[in-house]
Amino acid sequence: MSSSIAWFKFAAPMTFYGLAGRLIPWFAWSAGLLAAIGVYIAFFVAPTDFQQGEAYRVIFIHVPAAWMSMFLYLVMAFWSAVGLAWNTRLSFMMSRALAPTGALFAFLSLWTGALWGKPMWGAWWVWDARLTSSLILFFLYVGIMALWSAIDDPRRGDKAGALLTLIGAINVPIIYFSVKWWNTLHQGASISLMKAPTMAATMVTGMLIMTFAAWFYAIAAAMIRVRGIILERERHTEWAAEILEGK
Amino acid sequence: MHWGSWSEFWAMGGYGLYVWGSYGVAFFAVLIEIISLIRGQKHTLQRLRRMRNWESE
Repeated sequence: MSSSIAWFKFAAPMTFYGLAGRLIPWFAWSAGLLAAIGVYIAFFVAPTDFQQGEAYRVIFIHVPAAWMSMFLYLVMAFWSAVGLAWNTRLSFMMSRALAPTGALFAFLSLWTGALWGKPMWGAWWVWDARLTSSLILFFLYVGIMALWSAIDDPRRGDKAGALLTLIGAINVPIIYFSVKWWNTLHQGASISLMKAPTMAATMVTGMLIMTFAAWFYAIAAAMIRVRGIILERERHTEWAAEILEGK
Repeated sequence: MHWGSWSEFWAMGGYGLYVWGSYGVAFFAVLIEIISLIRGQKHTLQRLRRMRNWESE
């Protein structure tokens, strides 16, 4: 049972504050390095697409951003569920710390999607299932953050935000399967766990490296943010006071 | 290497606006978030220190 005790130890805001502080540089530098490799592959290794020419190179931003926007939302929903079920303070703080970065990736997936859609479909935007549900995801992020900032009492804000996050989670499978369930302009999944990718290997490699870069970046960003939230909420405790006094 | 020259590289086969519009905005959006994270960290510390001073007076 010693392992379960260790996990509870790290779930304490005080311990996590220090742990996150030590981990942030590793995630941040890994993200930077991976992004540099990914961009190099995107422009100098991956071949020209035989159908889309060079326009397809948007994929190395678009797909990782879209994946991250959905994945981070699911992580937020997970922490919201944990927080509501066990009333663990750190879970709600994690959810709050993830939202701005999730919103950023949701915005980037829409933006790069528009810039890719124009030359390929002839339209910046169409109201089809994939695009509309992705727009809803972006609005969910913004709405949840607005709800948090509208409620002054942090604990009440936590619970209201968690509830909205959980309700909105139903949108994530809708985004993912929208290209199967409805007739849409958007192409189907390029990569799936079930079958071999239909793209050149270097394209897949570049996309995966960019995805890991985005993932590590999101972890670093969320940890920086959660440290601020922890310190703010724990400022009356002895350990937080020591940090604030610069000891 | 697919690019014979720099101008070919920037042109992206005629799709330069779309490709660089994507990479450029993604780069600046992440840059803005990083700056706001670093500044936010400093501001939080300053704000909490001020609050502490008020509360202890």
